[in-house]
Amino acid sequence: MIQLSGIQRVFQVGDQEVHALRDIDLSIGAGEYLSLMGPSGSGKSTLLNLIGLLDRPSAGLYRLDEHDVTGLSDEEQAQVRRDKIGFVFQFFHLIPRLSAAANIELPLLLAGVPAEERNSRVARLIVDYGLTGRETHRPDQLSGGQRQRVAIARATVMQPAVILADEPTGNLDRATGQEVMSILEGLAAKGVTLILVTHDPEIGNRARRKLRMVDGRIVADQRA
Amino acid sequence: MKLTDVLRFASGSLAGARARTLLMVAAMAIGVAAVVVLTSLGEGARLYVVGQFSSLGTNLVIVLPGRSETTGNPGMLLGETTRDLTLDDALSLTRSRAIRRIAPLNVGSALVSTHKRNRETPVLGSTADMLAIRHMSMGQGHFLPGGDPRQATPVCVLGAKVKNELFGTQQAVGEWLRIGDRRFRVIGVLASQGQSMGFDSDELVIVPVASAQMLFNTSSLFRILIEARSREDILRAKQDAEDILAKRHEGERDVTVVTQDAILATFDRILRALTLAVGGIAAISLAVAGILIMNVMLIAVSQRTQEIGLLKAIGAAPGQIRVLFFAEAAVLSLVGALAGLVLGFMGSFVIGSLYPLLPSTPPWWAVLAAFATALGTGVLFSVAPARRASRLDPVESLARH
Repeated sequence: MIQLSGIQRVFQVGDQEVHALRDIDLSIGAGEYLSLMGPSGSGKSTLLNLIGLLDRPSAGLYRLDEHDVTGLSDEEQAQVRRDKIGFVFQFFHLIPRLSAAANIELPLLLAGVPAEERNSRVARLIVDYGLTGRETHRPDQLSGGQRQRVAIARATVMQPAVILADEPTGNLDRATGQEVMSILEGLAAKGVTLILVTHDPEIGNRARRKLRMVDGRIVADQRA
Repeated sequence: MKLTDVLRFASGSLAGARARTLLMVAAMAIGVAAVVVLTSLGEGARLYVVGQFSSLGTNLVIVLPGRSETTGNPGMLLGETTRDLTLDDALSLTRSRAIRRIAPLNVGSALVSTHKRNRETPVLGSTADMLAIRHMSMGQGHFLPGGDPRQATPVCVLGAKVKNELFGTQQAVGEWLRIGDRRFRVIGVLASQGQSMGFDSDELVIVPVASAQMLFNTSSLFRILIEARSREDILRAKQDAEDILAKRHEGERDVTVVTQDAILATFDRILRALTLAVGGIAAISLAVAGILIMNVMLIAVSQRTQEIGLLKAIGAAPGQIRVLFFAEAAVLSLVGALAGLVLGFMGSFVIGSLYPLLPSTPPWWAVLAAFATALGTGVLFSVAPARRASRLDPVESLARH
């Protein structure tokens, strides 16, 4: 489903070149549950952004669903992101002025889905993620766990094939983190490809496939 | 993305930043209101002048002695005086079929006195037809008698104010008074009309034209007023007047004949240009409002980088981000323009009630132009912020907390 070959990502910092990713070759099948671990600055977030089409490689080829997506225009990439990829962030990134329901609805809005269908899909997710009674609350009226559940609902509302989660539990206490993890793993169990960036080994080791990165290279690829 | 959703989203983010939104709406509203109020003042002045001209009379053609030439005429330089207009000139004009009636006009100033009081007053010499031509009406008594205009009958008609000053509340009609060194009998008092074209008929004394010529010891006329038979006849009346007078003046075209329409058209043009100029100046404040909008939108973009990054991450294309910011500017300008219209109409209403003489309604084209300019500048000046937003790097904007 995801095929990376010879991926390089070079940043220019002043007059120095920083190699965030070096020669990444990686193939991820549909429905895989995979964790990306490694020290800070090892390139795991860069790789995740690249897979999520938020960033472009300096060199190499990225094929998503058998299509080369490296050469797509910004507009085309936005459409691929909208339809196939869902993001979950450490800091939730909910829009503060919008209610929980409106935040979840946002991708549908951008996709131009009719209001009726939007409402029914959002209503279902609110029930699924235990947010009943909170749909009109704004993010600052929600707890951390509730906020992340809203964020996950937003990431899944377009029923994407891939969920990319960057430290989804990094801003939550242990119990809430477990709760969020079980929601994400529930998605993986339903066949969604789940890629998780974390530096918490306890979380990372739950994945069926574990990648370890150091200095922009994949140094270990373990399957359970 | 659907238009209603775009508008709802844009309105939502505007409502989210209330102080900023109010500020920009106020700036826009003041600009639009300025255009509306100032153009309504200009338009009011124009309508006022037009009204004043109409009160002078309808289908009016005016003959002036002398001729202003645009081609070189050595006459002026050589000290050649223009030929006088005479009473016979005036009377000869009635031959034209296009001319309904004429009134010769003589103007001077004289001391008017009763046995108790006196005052210096403009004195007008004319004929019976002047009443009809100038649309004047009588308060008491009669206007000048008809008959041969060459006859210097010692009668006079007083303006309302002159009557009050000379006779107070007493009966004036039938009394005698003295104008210069001659005695006249008051046969009528004009109804009070107020000013028209700076010519206050309330402060006039009107005598037969022959009497005025004697009084001021002159045989020439100041003006000849002509009333054409109809609106269509105005040009023919003008042509006829020029021809008849040229024939009488040995073929020389030494009078100037102007139509009221021409004067009116000139004033109309001048005042319209003035209204446009004033409106244009006011429109500058709209441009200033536009720059303010740009500034505040740029701030909004940098304040909302995270939101923009997120929108991109969940699939908003650069074009959609631009549309969202455009929509915000458009909604903002629309609300501002509407508020400005309300403000402007209220302002011109207040001016209208303070100065009832000025018909103060903003012209429809100015209202439309102000509205369009407001929307236009709003959207135009949001191009730069919208572009900046659409070009933000999503990874970077999401990394900032």
